Amino acid sequence: MKKLAIGNYAVARGAYEAGVTVSSAYPGTPSTEITEFIAKYKEVNAEWSPNEKVALEVGIGASVAGARAIVAMKHVGLNVAADPLFTVSYTGVNGGLVIAVADDPGVHSSQNEQDSRYYAMSAKVPMLEPSDSQEAKDFTALAFELSEKYDTPIFIRMTTRVAHSQSYITECERKEVPVKPYVKDAGKYVMMPGNAKKRRFNVEDRMNAFGRAANTMAINFAEYNDREVGVVCSGGVYQYVKEALPDYSVYKVGTVFPLPIDAIKEFAKNVKRLLVIEELDGFIEKQLKVEGIKVDGKNVIPNIDELSVSKIRKAVLGEDIPVPVQTVVRPPVLCPGCPHRSVFSVISKLKLNVMGDIGCYTLGALAPLNAVDTVVCMGASIGMAIGAEKAQGREFAKKTLAVIGDSTFVHSGITGMIDAVYNNLNTKILIVDNSTTGMTGHQPHPGTGRTIYDEPTYKLDYEVLAKACGVKNVVTVGTMDLNAVERVIKEQMAKDGVSLIIAKEPCALINKTKKPNYSINEKCKNCKACVKLGCPAIVNKKDGPFIDSALCVGCGVCVQVCKFGAICPEKEN
Amino acid sequence: MNILIAGVGGQGTLLASRVLGNYAGLMGYDCKLSEVHGMAQRGGSVITYVKFGEKIHSPVIADGDSDVLLAFEELEALRWSHNVKKGGKLLMNTQKIMPLPVIIGASEYPENIIDTLKKGQFDFYGIDALGIAKACGNEKALNTVMIGYFAKVVGIDRDILKKALEMSVPAKFAEVNIKAFEAGYNA
Ligand SMILES: Cc1ncc(C[n+]2csc(CCOP(=O)(O)OP(=O)(O)O)c2C)c(N)n1
Repeated sequence: MKKLAIGNYAVARGAYEAGVTVSSAYPGTPSTEITEFIAKYKEVNAEWSPNEKVALEVGIGASVAGARAIVAMKHVGLNVAADPLFTVSYTGVNGGLVIAVADDPGVHSSQNEQDSRYYAMSAKVPMLEPSDSQEAKDFTALAFELSEKYDTPIFIRMTTRVAHSQSYITECERKEVPVKPYVKDAGKYVMMPGNAKKRRFNVEDRMNAFGRAANTMAINFAEYNDREVGVVCSGGVYQYVKEALPDYSVYKVGTVFPLPIDAIKEFAKNVKRLLVIEELDGFIEKQLKVEGIKVDGKNVIPNIDELSVSKIRKAVLGEDIPVPVQTVVRPPVLCPGCPHRSVFSVISKLKLNVMGDIGCYTLGALAPLNAVDTVVCMGASIGMAIGAEKAQGREFAKKTLAVIGDSTFVHSGITGMIDAVYNNLNTKILIVDNSTTGMTGHQPHPGTGRTIYDEPTYKLDYEVLAKACGVKNVVTVGTMDLNAVERVIKEQMAKDGVSLIIAKEPCALINKTKKPNYSINEKCKNCKACVKLGCPAIVNKKDGPFIDSALCVGCGVCVQVCKFGAICPEKEN
Repeated sequence: MNILIAGVGGQGTLLASRVLGNYAGLMGYDCKLSEVHGMAQRGGSVITYVKFGEKIHSPVIADGDSDVLLAFEELEALRWSHNVKKGGKLLMNTQKIMPLPVIIGASEYPENIIDTLKKGQFDFYGIDALGIAKACGNEKALNTVMIGYFAKVVGIDRDILKKALEMSVPAKFAEVNIKAFEAGYNA
């Protein structure tokens, strides 16, 4: 059946059709939907793992135990999973093991623009890159075959546009692939120096064999047209090239690592000039240059930001791009009723230093709250608070708060907390516990007591956990009570030793109990205290703020900051 | 045909693009859609690209290559207006949603957007889609009002588009959506 589908659905479908039985992931835009879709197939045992390292280890274990497994993550997730990655490259697989990694050129929803193709090269793991949904499905299914044939984990590299664009796919039946027997094989799976040294040769042989075979794989092909310029490209960029430069000859690379070098050399011979058009770094270009192929690339094509048809036309043909209208920006905002807003309004008032972290609560860094000083990577808030205390002294810790989301705390905050206790620090940690992974679209995690299938499970108890780790001061407070939040933060900041504050209130988008709206009455002195909350429902008008009843969810935070009692339930006003 | 749909996170632009995608399927066209997920959905500026025709390569519309801009909000109409082809069409829901810099008083919401857009090199069409959706009984159906209006202004086969709409919404919302579609068409 032909249907429109996003690339991420197609990856899930391709894995399903290839007989996958295990799927693990930690969410991350633009990779999340792969696992959400896979979890809908009853033949697959899927999980949200606490982080990408665990997810990959689950995938490796499943593979060693004979199953076909897929692990999905965003580009920065691969940094977290890099440790097992570099060694599973040595062990190879039993059941096919596919790692779907989604890059985010243009930084639509990430903290950086890293190019994951380098991981394929440095870990010596093959990487396929599809250009649309049909290829995403086909390449994923093919990846399982190649993984088993070459005894290697293998990457499917997605980018935001391929992951989140819809195009037609034709679905096929699932091929049942029996789980292979578990076989003990220390030489292959116990990577201590003696064995690893030997396996290193297997890796080299396999990559050479794969590279030779790449030259004749159907997913690498030339399309001859005008022979003045031959373009080498891969992934979503191929589609841009076909639209921007329809008359050019094209070599489409499906295996971005290892490259089909001989086939590209052949292509180069048949065109006058060779140009690599690739998004982000000159990854293909540099490899061709090492092979002595004369090629243009990043001297013509930008290495920053997403490419597009227009940018390619501009770079290659010198065509102008229409200039956008300069007008007011519309940045993302904390939703009306978001519990993070109340925490940040208190922090803002107390003028604390805040080591921030990644999630919806990162938006606390924006005006008017301006409450977050740093954001680096998931879990960094706690480690950085420790480092800042070491740099500035113990008293500094009493003015500094590590603010971290619940999903992020489970992902990689716990080890930081242990570090703080172990090294006798004063670190102050605040978990903004909205009982979900908000940023990526509300996935459950170990702190929610629900699995990917929405089945009940043990709910991680942060208080018990912290106490077991030796945290001296542990306290939970309801997020929406501003006075209580302020009192608790002040108390904890004054204390010696590590403190953990858990500020609890479910995300406003999952908390469906609609409360009565508020409105502003004539007692308003136009002091703008409510406006400073940065709530999308409170609009600053010259003659005084006004609450948009279509947006207000009745969270009551503005009521608490109004000194004049001017904000009341709509009915009473 | 290249259709750029612009709006604010939460306005239901994704549904509009899916309806157009299903329409393309019914017509037997090749079709690609490009969506933005993640950070941009938190009340930020959101755009979706819809392209259909004989053969579609890039899922993203080249700058300045949109036949139609379907704008769900005035400021977003202005922001993306440079993307409309000369002689193209800009359809706008006349609704203002204040962005954060305006809400907190750091910036002003641009004035006279309609006048500015009327001077553009494209045909401008304004509609109070939110008001019409409310009158139909569900303000969320603003996206289907826009789709109905689109069908009329662009001259798309009404019945086929209506069928595409039915394919795109859950059965229990079909009735209000069809009503909204008709209201948009007849606006
Ligand atoms: C290593 C890594 N994995 C995944 C992501 C994507 N991501 C960003 S924030 C986040 C989790 C946010 O959840 P939480 O900490 O509960 O905060 P919330 O968004 O709910 O406020 C995820 C999965 C990332 N940035 N880095």
